[in-house]
Amino acid sequence: MAHGSGGKATSDLIGSIFARCFDNPILAKMEDAAVVPGAARIAFTTDSFVVTPLFFQGGDIGKLSVCGTVNDLAMSGATPMYLTCGFILEEGVEMDDLEKIAKSMAQTAKDAGVMIVAGDTKVIEGKGGLYINTAGVGFLPEGDFEVSSSFCRDTDVILLSGTLGDHHAAILSARMGITNTIESDCAPLQGIVAELLKEGIKVRAMRDVTRGGLATVLHEFAAASGKCILLQEDQIPVTAQVRGLCGILGLDPLYMGNEGKMVAVVAGQDRERALACMRKSPFGQMAAVIGEVIPGEAGTLLLHTRTGGTRSLSELYGEGLPRIC
Amino acid sequence: MTDYRTFLKEYDGRTIRIMEVCGTHTASIAHAGIVSLISPKIELISGPGCPVCVTVTEYIDRLIELSLTPDTVVVTFGDMIRVTGSQKSLQDVRSEGGQVRMVYSPLDITALAEAQPEKTFVFAAIGFETTTAVYAALIDGMIESGIRNIRLLTSLKTMPPVIDWVCSMQGGIDGFLAPGHVSVITGSDLFVPLAVAHGVPFAVAGFEGEEILMALYALVKMISHGESRVMNLYPSAVTPAGNTAAQHMIDKYFTSCDAAWRGMGIIPDSGLMLREEYSMFDAGSRDLFSDHSHHPKCRCAKVITGALKPTECPLFGTLCTPDKPQGACMVSSEGSCCSYFVNRRKV
Repeated sequence: MAHGSGGKATSDLIGSIFARCFDNPILAKMEDAAVVPGAARIAFTTDSFVVTPLFFQGGDIGKLSVCGTVNDLAMSGATPMYLTCGFILEEGVEMDDLEKIAKSMAQTAKDAGVMIVAGDTKVIEGKGGLYINTAGVGFLPEGDFEVSSSFCRDTDVILLSGTLGDHHAAILSARMGITNTIESDCAPLQGIVAELLKEGIKVRAMRDVTRGGLATVLHEFAAASGKCILLQEDQIPVTAQVRGLCGILGLDPLYMGNEGKMVAVVAGQDRERALACMRKSPFGQMAAVIGEVIPGEAGTLLLHTRTGGTRSLSELYGEGLPRIC
Repeated sequence: MTDYRTFLKEYDGRTIRIMEVCGTHTASIAHAGIVSLISPKIELISGPGCPVCVTVTEYIDRLIELSLTPDTVVVTFGDMIRVTGSQKSLQDVRSEGGQVRMVYSPLDITALAEAQPEKTFVFAAIGFETTTAVYAALIDGMIESGIRNIRLLTSLKTMPPVIDWVCSMQGGIDGFLAPGHVSVITGSDLFVPLAVAHGVPFAVAGFEGEEILMALYALVKMISHGESRVMNLYPSAVTPAGNTAAQHMIDKYFTSCDAAWRGMGIIPDSGLMLREEYSMFDAGSRDLFSDHSHHPKCRCAKVITGALKPTECPLFGTLCTPDKPQGACMVSSEGSCCSYFVNRRKV
């Protein structure tokens, strides 16, 4: 495979797949760097995607690579604008697969309102693997708007945009050959954030709930803010199928990765309006108020369990491994 | 409905100590916040039912050695990867070129072995009766499909001898929450001789918070009345005789042997190993019958037998944390110490 040589094969690959799929005037110039209009304050981030399998129920690595970076930008309160993408292809990648992935990225970028304005491709020895890095820029609103994990205050409420564990469960199911209809929740969340900000909700902190899961994110919030957060287990949405899979494998949805869920800490008086904002989005239909910031031991995350007990949740230790007995 | 809850919360008799034998119960108790729902006079002790916890360092060292052997791949469940042997863990040797693969089911190894027939795949076969049944099925499948490049390094344990040992250690256990998963295979009758011999009651329970509360209620009642019966409160999954097909399958391939338990020494007839006629599937398990100890201050054995709580170990939370486990109890998410640490069981 000579597609990474930098010669004609490379430009054929770029022309036949990437330029066609990501078609936009900035990319079309094919310059060394994309030149784009800016803003007074920008958010800037990057993430790499190495998931296997490349295709799974509810998404693929391409969709994931756009959503991941879009969501990271959105969680700072920025409007995601431009993305770059770097592909590392192992020899043996099927061109059909690559095209499907590129198309999926293009569609997701369109849905998220971002442009893929620059890219790079390298080909290495291997067994048909494919890895994507995306970097992205978003524009922050004018003024001194800021969210931070350290801004949580007593009486604030915790909102979750939907069910937990779907992505993690879908990937595990695919890897383990378990047949079910669990789909990855992979989705761009900039719409939810835009709605919250448009409605003037007092958002203290936002985070997309990815690896490490909800408990890890909220533990960080509690620690950074020096507050105690109390969650209600019976308010945390988890689908019956994901719950079932977790039961079999000994996983806890509170620690499972998601790719289209966010948590927002908002002022208590904005509770209902914030919930309505989330539910306006197709990706926030199952949004729920799952807890609140309470006076208590600083840096602790508590769960009022379905059984009626209370326990403390720590951040994730290890790899979220399944049990063996 | 709430009567037994009120009873458990307000219990004010003599202090009662109940051991949950199974690691999954330990985790469920933490998850449901059970301790916050019962009287401090009902103490719950985590027993020796976490397979990773009770695996000796020599076993891990042997896995590491195998992973560094050319054309040999060690295949294991995730929990085992982080356990430190005498020097290193499988995770450590991975970065030094050790070939280690993690799977979610022992049956996954078949696909790996078929894809790379030139390599030998060694499964880190640890576990109790429940998991042993799956290993038996794996061997059955290997024989049927003629796969020749899979071996088991076994460190398999059985429940009754170790419960017997716990009772003989006189750690003051008044009753047992019997392991649900093991009981599915073995049947609840397995515990009857132990109940009779030691005069303690057993309750076989499911894993939901409510099921555990009901089992605790039954145990406290039986203990208060001086009864030493076996109550099956998990009848949807457990029968008195158990899964006889699985028992026969285990019996076909495995035979009883002495076994080394980490921090507890050798317990006679408490293990299972491959029968002589199937020893070609063994990766050298027969040489692993010692238990050279780990950190001298690690109190695993005492924690596991209920003599000490995890927090009473001098290493707990300081030299021994889930990020840097010393004793094996801190390793598995279901290990007594890890469960205590992660869930801060004393809320």
